Amino acid sequence: MIRVQREDIDVAGALAALVDGRQDTGALALFVGLVRDMAEGRPVDALTLEHYPGMTEKVLGAIDAEARRRWPLNATVIIHRYGRLMPGDRIVLVAVGAAHRDAAFDACRFLVDTLKTEAPLWKLEEGAGERRWVAARAADDAAAGRWSTAATVRSRR
Amino acid sequence: MPLAMPADDAMRILYFASVREAVGCDGEEVTPPADVATVAQLIGWLRGHGRDLEAALGEAAHIRVAVNQVVVDLDHPVTATDEVAFFPPVTGGAAG
Repeated sequence: MIRVQREDIDVAGALAALVDGRQDTGALALFVGLVRDMAEGRPVDALTLEHYPGMTEKVLGAIDAEARRRWPLNATVIIHRYGRLMPGDRIVLVAVGAAHRDAAFDACRFLVDTLKTEAPLWKLEEGAGERRWVAARAADDAAAGRWSTAATVRSRR
Repeated sequence: MPLAMPADDAMRILYFASVREAVGCDGEEVTPPADVATVAQLIGWLRGHGRDLEAALGEAAHIRVAVNQVVVDLDHPVTATDEVAFFPPVTGGAAG
């Protein structure tokens, strides 16, 4: 399930959709990203996420398909919000169901790392009387780069 | 300032985030001449019409481009009815 929405994320509902009555899933891995009240030493009063309607869903679908190609997965849920959010608000949920934990953990991490560098969304921070576009970080590209094909072969079950 | 009359057979340009703020609009329809055949040539043609797409990004970042919602390199071809989006490097997902 892939959703790009303005509304808050229903975490319990996402986990229920992940299981959806299956009895061959032994492991659920979950990540939730939240808005923090500080970024690089500066206070954050609000965070606005802009997205590219249509392309965001398409890219998340492609990343999801790649995860399903690399690991044996039973189900995935990706929900990304857009709009103006406050500190403490949920931004993104990624959840994976698999028979065993290695695939669940690794696929979840892959989805989180990869969507950060590929999904067309942009963050505008408000704080200390300023508004500034968040800059993409080299560390994010490095995190996504860890998922080169050679690295993921080790974790396949 | 419109660069072309709106038409179903025009090229649809979209601008996002700091690129939108630098250009001053979120999108427009254009009809570049036939010799504008690649993304790089389109960027140059837009710059010649007052759309400096890279002004907001500075030296540290390069503009990203998607043609029909697929990220492409600057040498990718563009055709008359494509949707071409220009944006900064993406920053979705969680903060950490």
